[in-house]
Amino acid sequence: MPDPHDILFRSLADPTRRAIFERLCRDGEQTVGALTARAGVSQPAVSKHLAVLKQAGLVRDRHEGRQTHYNAQLGALAPLIDWTSQMAGFWQSRFDHLEDLLKRMDQ
Amino acid sequence: MSNTATETLSVVVEREVPFPPEKIWRALTQPHLIEEWLMKNDFKPVVDHRFNLRADWGAVDCQVLAVEPNKTLSYTWAAYGLESVVTWTLTPTTTGTHLRMEQSGFRPDQQQAYQGAKYGWQQFFANLEQALARTD
Repeated sequence: MPDPHDILFRSLADPTRRAIFERLCRDGEQTVGALTARAGVSQPAVSKHLAVLKQAGLVRDRHEGRQTHYNAQLGALAPLIDWTSQMAGFWQSRFDHLEDLLKRMDQ
Repeated sequence: MSNTATETLSVVVEREVPFPPEKIWRALTQPHLIEEWLMKNDFKPVVDHRFNLRADWGAVDCQVLAVEPNKTLSYTWAAYGLESVVTWTLTPTTTGTHLRMEQSGFRPDQQQAYQGAKYGWQQFFANLEQALARTD
């Protein structure tokens, strides 16, 4: 069973795939056709990218008639956001130490 | 503070500090002072200078990118295969200095970053927490 983080990072490694995901984040739900029109690659290629994103939990699909609509799932980015919150905590504590030091330092 | 952009993630910490930029600059650039609030180091405020930040839980490899005395300091920050850039900005105010730190990086297309994200940072913070707990 692959590590879910690994799947997430690998999914976002491809620039075309990342662009598709970013488009969904920015513009909301879209069909494969609409995504293809702006992706610069063929529809089968877009479908393949969407399948990878779906496997990573980054998108969800919704069938409506003959069309499939795709949604970005921002919650899947949590491991990345964890990194920022951890680093923020690290730097907040370092700022505390820095301020303590500044109070002790000669002018 | 955190954003969902997939290209670059950044962490920003900002504070109003009641001291002039010149004094803060010393704390940010003199090795014996850096050691007091951050980590042991062989820092020099010289562009391209490579240095390490060291603690008993590991080391961070850095290289100076930009130095503008009392205003801006920027260096790369690589730990456990995860590359980022730390930029300090000092802006004088009527009561002291607005001090801003931005750490940005973690482009998902950096192969090393996945490895770092997979095990490195969890280890990094686990070790850091242990180190901090010991110093209390």
